[in-house]
Parts: sequence; C-alpha cells; structure tokens
Amino acid sequence: MAEQKITPEQVIHVAKLGRLDLSDEQRRKFATQLENILEYVAKISQVDVSGVEPMAHALPLHNVLRDDVVEPSLPLEKVLMNAPDTDGPFFKVPKILGGDEDSAG
Amino acid sequence: MSLAFDTLLSARDAIRAKKISAVELTKQAIARIEKLDSKVLAFNSTYPDIALKQAADVDEGRRSGPLSGVPIALKDNLCTSFGTTTCSSRMLENFRAPYDATVVKMLDAAGAVFVGKTNLDEFAMGSSTENSAFKTTRNPWDTSRVPGGSSGGSAAALAAGMCCASLGSDTGGSIRQPAALCGIVGLKPTYGRVSRYGLVAFASSLDQIGPFGWTVSDAALLMNVISGHDRKDSTSVPGDVPDHLAEIDQPIKGLRIGIPREYNLTSGIDPQVKSAVDAAMKKYQELGAQLVDVSLPHTEYGIAAYYVIAPCEASSNLARYDGVHFGHRTKEPVRDIIELFSKSRAEGFGEEVQRRIMIGTYALSSGYYDAYYLRALKMRTLIQRDFTQAFEKCDVILCPTSPTPAFKAGEKTGDPLQMYLCDVFTVTCNIAGIAGISLPCGFTSGSQPLPIGLQLLGPNFSEPKLLRAARMYEQATEWHKRRPKV
Repeated sequence: MAEQKITPEQVIHVAKLGRLDLSDEQRRKFATQLENILEYVAKISQVDVSGVEPMAHALPLHNVLRDDVVEPSLPLEKVLMNAPDTDGPFFKVPKILGGDEDSAG
Repeated sequence: MSLAFDTLLSARDAIRAKKISAVELTKQAIARIEKLDSKVLAFNSTYPDIALKQAADVDEGRRSGPLSGVPIALKDNLCTSFGTTTCSSRMLENFRAPYDATVVKMLDAAGAVFVGKTNLDEFAMGSSTENSAFKTTRNPWDTSRVPGGSSGGSAAALAAGMCCASLGSDTGGSIRQPAALCGIVGLKPTYGRVSRYGLVAFASSLDQIGPFGWTVSDAALLMNVISGHDRKDSTSVPGDVPDHLAEIDQPIKGLRIGIPREYNLTSGIDPQVKSAVDAAMKKYQELGAQLVDVSLPHTEYGIAAYYVIAPCEASSNLARYDGVHFGHRTKEPVRDIIELFSKSRAEGFGEEVQRRIMIGTYALSSGYYDAYYLRALKMRTLIQRDFTQAFEKCDVILCPTSPTPAFKAGEKTGDPLQMYLCDVFTVTCNIAGIAGISLPCGFTSGSQPLPIGLQLLGPNFSEPKLLRAARMYEQATEWHKRRPKV
C-alpha cells in the first residue's frame, strides 16, 4: 500500500463516495496531498500486527442499555427549526428517484 | 479586584466574599472583549445580555453553585440552546442547537456565566485555528502568531483575560497544544470521564471535553463540575467522581515520573522547548520525584495511526451534513438529491474538512479497509499496551506538549502534513484514552517571549493524581503567574 499512487479517477471515485462535488483544481490538489498523507500513514504497515486485536475505542464498555420505556423525544418544531426547507411536518428535498444511479432504490 | 488575569478560584471566592458582584465582574469581561477581541479574534459570538442576566441572578441569590458568577467561554462546538453553534464552519454558520450539551447544563447548574463562544479550526480539525471558516485567532503573547488549535479561541480568550476559564475539546491535542502555546493550563480528561452529549462529533472514540485555566487548581475545580456519568452518552463511565481539589496542594511523596526514551529520539523539537522541559525534570527531582526510564516503542507510529482513525471516524460522523436536516444547502439548481448533498457539502465544508473526509472515505473504501483502518485499530492496541506497561513503572509520564512554541500565522498552512506533525506528543494520549495535562514550564528568550508547555500523562481516571503531580511543579515555579501584555 505504500507505493499506492492516487489517480485522478480515484479522487473522483472517493469524492463521489464522500458526496463532495470537487472542482477540477481541488481534485488535482487533493490527488497530490492524499498521496503524500497516505504515503506517510503507510508507516503503520511496517509493524507486525499479527495476533493483535483491533481496538475501536479505549474503554471496556459493551452493550450499554436502558430500560425500554417511552420517553419524550425532541418536539417537532425543534427538529425542523434548522431545516433548509420543510413542508408541514416533513423535511423537503428535491426528487429522489432518477438521475444518478446511486439514488435509485 | 479585576477580572483580567485573575484565577477562577480567586474570582469565585471574591464573589462569594462579596468583594465584587457577579454583575460587576461580568461587565469587566464584556468590556475587555469589546476592547481586545478585535485584535485577538477569540470569539465567534458573545452574549452580554444572557451573561448579565445570569450574573444578576447570582447577585440576587437565584443562582448559586461552585462557579457562581464567574465568566466562562465555551468552544463553539458545544451545543447551547442560546445563540449559534457554528463549529467555525459555513456548514453550521446559522445553526441553532435545539438543546444544551451536558457540560453546558452542568456549568449552568454550577452558577457559571456564559460570556461567549470561541473560535476553532473548522469542526475541530487543525492545530492553529487557521482552518476556521471565519477568522484566525491570534496568540495574546504575540498577535502575529497562532494560539494553537483546535481550541485556540478558548485558550486565547482566557490568556487575554476576557474570561476566568473556558472549555475546549481534545481529539488529538486540541486542548493541550493551545494551552501550551498560550501559557495556560489545559486538561484532556480520560475518555469517558466527561459526557460528550452535545459536543459536535469529530472522531467519537477520541473526542473529550476538558477545561482551560490559569492554574492547575482552576482546571481541577472545573473537572469537579463537568465530570460524571451521563445516560445520554453511552461512552461516559458510571461511578463516583472524586474531588479533584481535595488534596491538590499536597505533594506526592515518592512520585515516579516516566521519561520516554523515544522523546529524545524525536526530531524537530525546538532547542528552547527541550531545555525548558529538561529543566522541569530537574525541578521535579529537586522536589523529591524519581525519574524513571520508560519506553513507548510505538510512539513513532502515533501520528500515522491517528491520521487514519480520526479521518475515518470524521468521514462517517460528517455524513450527517446533507443540506436536508440542518446546515447549509446549496442555492444552485440540482438534478437530484445526490447532487444536492454533493454541492451543499462542497460549499459548506472548508478545505481541511474536505481533505479529511477524502482520507477517511478512501481508507474505509472497499479494498483499503484492512490495510488502513483495521491496521490502525491494531496499532491502537499496541499504543495502549505501551502505556499500560510504562505505567507499571511510573505514576505519570513527562514530555513536551508541543515540539515548538507558537508559530506564525500562515507558516504551516501550505503543507497539511507539516501541520499534522505538530501533534506528535499529544495524539497517543487520545489513541490510548488516557488523561493528559499541559502546564506552563518556561518562556522563549527574546523581546517577545513565548510560552512553553510541559505535558504530563497519567493512566485512565488518574486525574486527581495527575493534577496533584502538576500542582507540585506549579507550586515550585512562577511561570503560571506571567501574563501577556495585550
């Protein structure tokens, strides 16, 4: 992975996954910068990690549960108060079906 | 008495003794912000009306607690039901949080007065506040320099005497490094000690909220107020909170201080930082502490592991900014909802945030997950193991907080990797989840002296001992009494 080159196609692919509409200039800039950063972080491949368990976070806390009791949730007007566009009790968005292949289904 | 540069404890006690009213003290804070913040640029928003109302409630006996009447500043990534919570991002420029963060509620219940919300690197990603979408905060010791980051606004607001204490958040050094660069005390609590509910998430497994103060005791007082289990944060730890102030002035007999071998091997440490930290070691020896040689062999991989884990978590956390539920929405015409997301996010996020979303998305994408993310999580286990083994031989570990004093604005903005390397001494603490504190240990020479920070690291939930160890040094030195001429 250390020798990984970041191609413009990869930048386009990753930006699409990350939902970022990058300009051509940003794409060029990010290609170089990502390559430098990824080359640096590839240091971690030098260490033998066989038999080492991954650690997602530092505390031994698992399955923190509460009683299954209905509690008041955020009132509707507070849920919607920052929405860019609403329609009654709904968030309003442009049409979802059609267009980009990702949006189907 | 005057607010400017007084400690939190002395201000609190002066109000209690009725030497000054809370309203008077709050007016001083507001006046200093009005006078100085055009130069320091620490605040994103100020709330004089709310602050004066809170202060009047203290004076008239309707509001009381351990922080009654003291002006406090909040990092602008802590949700408040008043004003805006912007994260210094265009994305959240007009965002009004529908609730208070748990720490805000706790400060409120303790009688604190909220003077304003402070600038940060956008979404807490950075080491200088230069990634703020709004402005770069200035270091009160030298306004051509940065205050550090990401909690640079909170650090500078205190260092410039515009509040008595402040809160920040620390994901890879974002409290300790600005504390070091601004000549104040900053504590990153153990992961799980302080509730993260209402802290806008950057990297959830690394983020912790913590205090800034002029002294170790001020940080301890704030820890007493903000620590504890919160059922709204499932990663906050149940159990009693110790009194961080109770034994703070008592030196620890036979304190064992671990000096990591790797510290001497790290390149790029400013010689003045090195000599100040070496002098602090000698001071501790004079105070009866024993210096112990310890090894943290995976230190050199800390930054690499961090800059995989943090961007991965960020790319996931920041997926919520979609231009639909809250935050910026593009005004451009769009074909469909994907384009709405992509354009809104490209317009709303600054360059560093986009860069980290790109890194994280790449490292989590099909074909790279094992090589980057999974491997980084295994490194995390090794780094935590290093600390566990080191703490078998010592009570605290000592090293610099930042390899250099405050740098000039613009000096490192061209090269993201150079900026990342500022975090070399701070990130492993977040990776392992342990507690860390930075306190002043010297100044650079020259016409405009700059503060230097000493970092002490302690095991999980060792805050009372860590604070006492820091206080030992503070009691024997005068660095914490210096104030900048703003």
